[in-house]
Amino acid sequence: MGYTTGLVCRVCGRHYPEAPNYVCEDCFGPLEVAYDYERIGHDLSPKKISSGPKSMWRYEALLPLQGRPRAGLHAGYTPLIHARRLGEALGLTRLFIKNDTVNVPSLSFKDRVVSVAVSKALEFGFETVACASTGNLANSLASQATAAGLRSFIFIPANLEEAKITGTLVYDSQVVAVDGNYDDVNRLCSELASAYPWAFVNINLRPYYSEGSKTFAFEIAEQLGWESPDHVVIPVAGCSLLTKIWKGFKELERLGWIKRNSARLYAAQASGCSPVSSAVKNGWDTIRPVKPRTIAKSLAIGNPADGYFGLQAIRETGGYGEDVSDREILDGILLLARTEGIFAETAGGVVVAVTRKLVEQGRIGRDHLTVLAITGNGLKTQEILAGKTQQPLRISASFEAFAERIEKTEGRQQYGCAG
Amino acid sequence: MAVLVRIPIPLRRFVEGRSVVEAQGRTVSQVLGDLGFRYPGVQQRLYDSSGLRPFVNIYLNDEDIRFLSGEDTPVKDGDLISVVPAIAGG
Repeated sequence: MGYTTGLVCRVCGRHYPEAPNYVCEDCFGPLEVAYDYERIGHDLSPKKISSGPKSMWRYEALLPLQGRPRAGLHAGYTPLIHARRLGEALGLTRLFIKNDTVNVPSLSFKDRVVSVAVSKALEFGFETVACASTGNLANSLASQATAAGLRSFIFIPANLEEAKITGTLVYDSQVVAVDGNYDDVNRLCSELASAYPWAFVNINLRPYYSEGSKTFAFEIAEQLGWESPDHVVIPVAGCSLLTKIWKGFKELERLGWIKRNSARLYAAQASGCSPVSSAVKNGWDTIRPVKPRTIAKSLAIGNPADGYFGLQAIRETGGYGEDVSDREILDGILLLARTEGIFAETAGGVVVAVTRKLVEQGRIGRDHLTVLAITGNGLKTQEILAGKTQQPLRISASFEAFAERIEKTEGRQQYGCAG
Repeated sequence: MAVLVRIPIPLRRFVEGRSVVEAQGRTVSQVLGDLGFRYPGVQQRLYDSSGLRPFVNIYLNDEDIRFLSGEDTPVKDGDLISVVPAIAGG
């Protein structure tokens, strides 16, 4: 079973056997899963995939498991929506939303990576899984670990949104709230991973875990009829999703399942935490880490692990990076909700607002096929909308009370009802 | 100055398998240099021809040295330097 050929260092190319290992002993470069594409191309085709399960596991051959998946069996294959009303607002005729706000089990794209990571943790025989998280990963890992009968330790920055903390504790996971920002939590977990015999999904299982994000690109291509889009606007925190969307499209091109990979990739960040978009805009070759200060907590990673490769992906595809203020993020959330009826978390607001900027800059043309990566659900970050929406009309339970209030609000002539 | 250095798993085979070792120096750079002198093999893992490798993060007492004065950051007796692979998280 499986089409993997081990791990390979992305920097120096040294090969390693499959193991819970993520860093090259020679150069500290990141390890990545390698595949036998010839055998995949021989055994599979878009036609065969289209008759697979309605989940991300229809792409099982391009994911790094030896046996069958054992977690997150329903994750992925989320809707790709032709967003006509949002497109009209932004001046785009072929705008699509890849809607991972309705991913399962935990309403974010992290369900993709965790499905792979927990399946892999079971394959390796781990009994405890752990992660450093800004919230969405916390929710997904706590949920899927519990469902798989594994113990979980979830490390988060102490100031995370309430819904993300409750949405982790509910699964009886051991949540560790660390005084500090995400980068502090991540550094701590990197040190702990050297000492505790646990599967830290985004540390020692990271080569496997991160592969799950490729399915985001696979599904976009398949749902467009095995075509590459012209542009994909992607929220960036650690820059892993962007890097793996890049890898995903390149794999499809290599297999001949899409004719040409023409997708330009754009990093969308908050101005209060924009190490990647700043590097793109200033032409820097390296990422300069920052101390995050933004309402987009899911993107508040000041020292992005995949920043270096993300820059490569953006430059190679001819994309760009932009960032937006907290105010613009809120406006983005409201615009998406009020045009498409999709309630996204802060990262979604970042993507919508950045797209508006990219259109204004002329980087995305009116009739270009553009996909927005909307990766998390707004129910998780509701507190940032406090005071930003209308209040409910509060009335007593009488016909007259309603009629009086609605006519005062909307004008009498609209409502010709008697009584 | 005697400083403790926390060693990540990929480097432990060069330091007799230990997770923390001692090294000397007045700056982060000097301490890492001393570490490389005491334990052959460490130097070329941490540095390439242009300097510290891009996927190595160095922390002084839990703060990323890039927010301090980089490798020129002064150290004092009893400080703890952590060498941490950069590829994690997200």
